Amino acid sequence: MSKMHVTTTINGEPTEFLCDPDRSLLDVLRNTLGLTGTKEGCGTGDCGACSVTVDGRLVCACLMLAVEAGGCEIGTIEGMAQGGELHPLQQKFLEMAALQCGICTPGVLVAAKALLEKNPDPTETEVRFGLAGNLCRCTGYDKIVRAVLDTAAEMREAVQ
Amino acid sequence: MAEIRYLAPRTLDEAVGAFAAAQGAARILAGGTDLLVQMRNGLAKPGLIVDIKKIAEMTEIAELPDGGFRIGAAVSGAMLAEHPRFGQVWPGVLEAVNLIGSKQVQGRASPGGNLCNASPAGDSVPAMIAAGAVVTVQGPEGRRQMPVEAVPAGPGRTNLRPGEIVVGFTLPPRPAGSGDAYLRMIPRTEMDIAVVGLGVSLTLAGGTVTHARVGLGAVAPTVLLVEEAGNALLGSRLEEAALDAAAAACRAACRPINDKRGTIAYRTKVAGVLLKRAVAIAAQRAQGGN
Repeated sequence: MSKMHVTTTINGEPTEFLCDPDRSLLDVLRNTLGLTGTKEGCGTGDCGACSVTVDGRLVCACLMLAVEAGGCEIGTIEGMAQGGELHPLQQKFLEMAALQCGICTPGVLVAAKALLEKNPDPTETEVRFGLAGNLCRCTGYDKIVRAVLDTAAEMREAVQ
Repeated sequence: MAEIRYLAPRTLDEAVGAFAAAQGAARILAGGTDLLVQMRNGLAKPGLIVDIKKIAEMTEIAELPDGGFRIGAAVSGAMLAEHPRFGQVWPGVLEAVNLIGSKQVQGRASPGGNLCNASPAGDSVPAMIAAGAVVTVQGPEGRRQMPVEAVPAGPGRTNLRPGEIVVGFTLPPRPAGSGDAYLRMIPRTEMDIAVVGLGVSLTLAGGTVTHARVGLGAVAPTVLLVEEAGNALLGSRLEEAALDAAAAACRAACRPINDKRGTIAYRTKVAGVLLKRAVAIAAQRAQGGN
């Protein structure tokens, strides 16, 4: 199979890789580029563990071919903390213990960040709908939802 | 593993040429939320993937001078939701498109893909049928148009000819006093496949229905246009008798399967219930409410 050359931007860094045309973005992120923060859960777009952003829009990296990333801006969990400083969502998830085993956590954080960028003042219902594509088998979601709502409130205060 | 090629042409002619030349070994890639799952499961083994998202026309949303809308086949649900005007004019179509999967799926999944995947339970299709949307397709023999309801042929099958690609949807101009709605019955509130899906588009003048179309999904091998239901509403003031007749027409159109999501009797009953509920929402929107 002839490999394709892909030029993309990941977390602001220009990145190039070679890949077979049928490999998913998730596969290349993890196994070619070593960005293993993005997790594989179902591989069929149901669980959200592989959530990343592509040109600012939330997507499942398992439902996208790596070759489609050419010319796009990809955002992964590795780009969430800035200069060694955790994103407020990451800090709040730690403080409120909004995780147990942690496999869904990167995807939840990426999805929650995308949600708050669109809607800085979501209701609990909006958070639950916004994160409906992220399955967590440990927490029962309550701590996750509360952590997102608390972070949103703090981020709104910080802006004022 | 068999050789697989990926092409992302910039023009429709190139895409049609490559797709047709592959003679059935190629698959069109829009959002990929169905295709990649099928490839992973071994249900699809394309020799060529033709990504249509680099073709400008495929990813454009245009409000036309006559007040209609043109939506490229590969426009994602997220793009449609971000459009400042579309959801105001066609809230029912937008809510149907936005019911397909999670926010993550919305970032990729397109109404063109939803139609061509030809699931009887595709959420956007009943709303597009109710809207009277027309599909533009292009193939080796040129362009043609077909109503949305003419596209599905059966589960996973379409009436597109070999080498034809869906280019986009054209939604008609919207007269004053119009409203649409889409409702889906599922056992949970998100991330599930319709047990029944129903779209309604209405135009009211002085409280009287002057235009009505009903699209019904997940109760037959294809999504259906239920003309009798629209006709039952036409000329009425949405009195109980008209609503009962339209609901009966929806039940009569049902030819569902029994499966884990719903029995034949349940799906049939729910089709009538959703008709009344969707009409109530569409009528409220037609009269200026949200």
